[in-house]
Amino acid sequence: MASKQDSPMRAPGDPLSDGTAVPKKGFSGWLNKRLPVDEFVDSQLTGYYAPKNFNFWYFFGFIAIVVLVLQLVTGIFLTMFYKPGEATSFDSVQFIMREVDFGWLIRYLHSTGASAFFIVVYLHMFRAFLYGSYKAPRELLWIFGMLVYLALMAEAFMGYVLPWGNMSFWGAQVIVNLFGTIPVIGPGLVEWIRGDYAIADATLNRFFALHVVAVPLILLALVGLHLIALRRTGSNNPDGIEIKANLGPDGKPLDGIPFHPYYTVKDTVGIAAFLVVFALIVFYAPTLGGIFLESANFTVANPVSTPPDITPVWYFTPFYAILRAIPDQRLGALAMLLAIVAFFFLPWLDRSPVKSMRYKGWMSRAALTVFVISFVGLGIMGMRPPEGVYVVLGRVFAVLYFLFWILMPFYTRWERVRPVPQRVVYHAH
Amino acid sequence: MRIELDRAGNAVRAVIATFALSALLAAGGARAAAATAPESAGATAEKVSEPVDWQSWTAGNSVENVASLQRGARNFTSYCLGCHSLKYVRWSRVGQDLHIPPETLAKDLIPPGDKAVNYILSSMPAADAENWFGKAPPDLSLMARERGVDYLYQFLKTFYVDPTRSTGANNLRLPNPAMPDILSSLEGLKKAVYRTVQTKSADGTSSSEQVFDHFEQIAPGTLTEAQYDGFVRDTVNFLDYVGEPTQIQRRSMGIWVVLFLLVFTWLAWLMKKEYWKDIH
Repeated sequence: MASKQDSPMRAPGDPLSDGTAVPKKGFSGWLNKRLPVDEFVDSQLTGYYAPKNFNFWYFFGFIAIVVLVLQLVTGIFLTMFYKPGEATSFDSVQFIMREVDFGWLIRYLHSTGASAFFIVVYLHMFRAFLYGSYKAPRELLWIFGMLVYLALMAEAFMGYVLPWGNMSFWGAQVIVNLFGTIPVIGPGLVEWIRGDYAIADATLNRFFALHVVAVPLILLALVGLHLIALRRTGSNNPDGIEIKANLGPDGKPLDGIPFHPYYTVKDTVGIAAFLVVFALIVFYAPTLGGIFLESANFTVANPVSTPPDITPVWYFTPFYAILRAIPDQRLGALAMLLAIVAFFFLPWLDRSPVKSMRYKGWMSRAALTVFVISFVGLGIMGMRPPEGVYVVLGRVFAVLYFLFWILMPFYTRWERVRPVPQRVVYHAH
Repeated sequence: MRIELDRAGNAVRAVIATFALSALLAAGGARAAAATAPESAGATAEKVSEPVDWQSWTAGNSVENVASLQRGARNFTSYCLGCHSLKYVRWSRVGQDLHIPPETLAKDLIPPGDKAVNYILSSMPAADAENWFGKAPPDLSLMARERGVDYLYQFLKTFYVDPTRSTGANNLRLPNPAMPDILSSLEGLKKAVYRTVQTKSADGTSSSEQVFDHFEQIAPGTLTEAQYDGFVRDTVNFLDYVGEPTQIQRRSMGIWVVLFLLVFTWLAWLMKKEYWKDIH
């Protein structure tokens, strides 16, 4: 843990720093002798300086943490009543919805939380695109974030299978079969993942184990690394200026303010406002018209009855649309993989001398606009049946999507950028 | 049986629900609009030139209407339970949620020999049912959530006589259903009247197609058309409730949670403003 002034490690004989300089009395003194509570608060909260010009887009990292905690807590309660297994899963979810006290609330919080997690993470990622938060020195921070996103996709996919509705079954069928497109090892790999020759009891039980134990552990570890990397580089800001470049006489960034209390009180407002919207969905539209909870999932998994349209849940549909845009299944799966992998190379594809969209040129702005439209467009096409105009539109969006990545090294170099100010732009309210 | 309707509470709920839906989603908006819009569907078209647009009929039900739910429960036990179960629902739960006194529940709804704590199960053996109908009648606990209430309403309203079917009946919503027109004693029998539509294909050849136009009553039932419409709406309403028995509790609790969060957001914002005064 870095101390406040980044001082070298204390030699065994040296006196202890701050914490014991003025020995505390009572319980706080007793505790701090044994656990570095004050040191932690000093270095990570009151002594951690964040840029003062954060805007709306900077709420979503904190909100994502809150949603993660919500998912863990509601998930623990759900496992108390959920019974994995072909014969028991569907019934136990209905038992939770109908007979467990507030079971319906816990379950809707969890199912809405899954979608909310993706909304929040997508907005959090958009913020990074907007202000260049992935650029040096924050490449690793970005990559850990992307790994969190991948783990989240795995977590969500396996969680979606657990209620064992008919769409759970067929969704799992489609997604697991994608691994079968890998040359040579594909078919064997699919069998290994399923644990059977079909999506069956064995698959359901291992997905339960992975969903409630393995992936959450990985997710927590990655979120930890994401935060540690953030603490090392410090937050970027809407102007894309390193606040550590402008230190005051006290060694603190001139454009920085302590995370606590300033951002803890500000993020509380963000969380509360988010929860208003979240509660409106949980209490008044928990299925969100069949988008968050699909109607085909209100009937138990049936291997001989295929739903009319097999579509994954909304947060996977952009990539699913890319898969379907290409007529060949193997090439489609490859394109889908590339569509996800591209994000990892973002820090090196963007060769602009400035970070923030505020100072980038019109080409970057246009490209990001097209990217957002194509990503959302792909998402909508992925929810539609693959016929007629949807196929054509899906292909157009897929081409635009890849053009954004392929052309990025060029337009970020060619365009004229505007001069970046020395200090962050902040208007006190 | 009594009606318990908190009208003021309903109005608040309706306003908040409408706000929530319209603010948050376009998809769900359709259903909210259907719930508030005055009902016009169901009546047979008077102008013969206009074909009956049965696909736009909406159930327009409200699970807040306890009297309707009570009638729906009665309809279900009298006409559906012979074949269909509600395997996730207990009799006692229905009694509790629909304010049906235990004595009335036992006397009027629960089949003789069954207990209130039991799940609502049909006594028809599944194997026999499969022999008789070609497939076992599905459990209806979640049918309203799977298919939607409008689907159920349209299904129960569009049975017509079809001598080519072994059951003697066919359906517009679900063509060639395994289910016979079990409610024909109430609704009476009706015939589907088609009209011929000429279509020209791209290569210039024209073909004629038989398209549904309207229904023609050929034998009366014990209920009038309006009474039967009410019967179907109540039954669909009951199935809506059964699909998610906690939905009434969900909506009534939601107001308080949202109001609390709004106040909390406001207080948090005041606190933020106070703290940030010294940031320039």
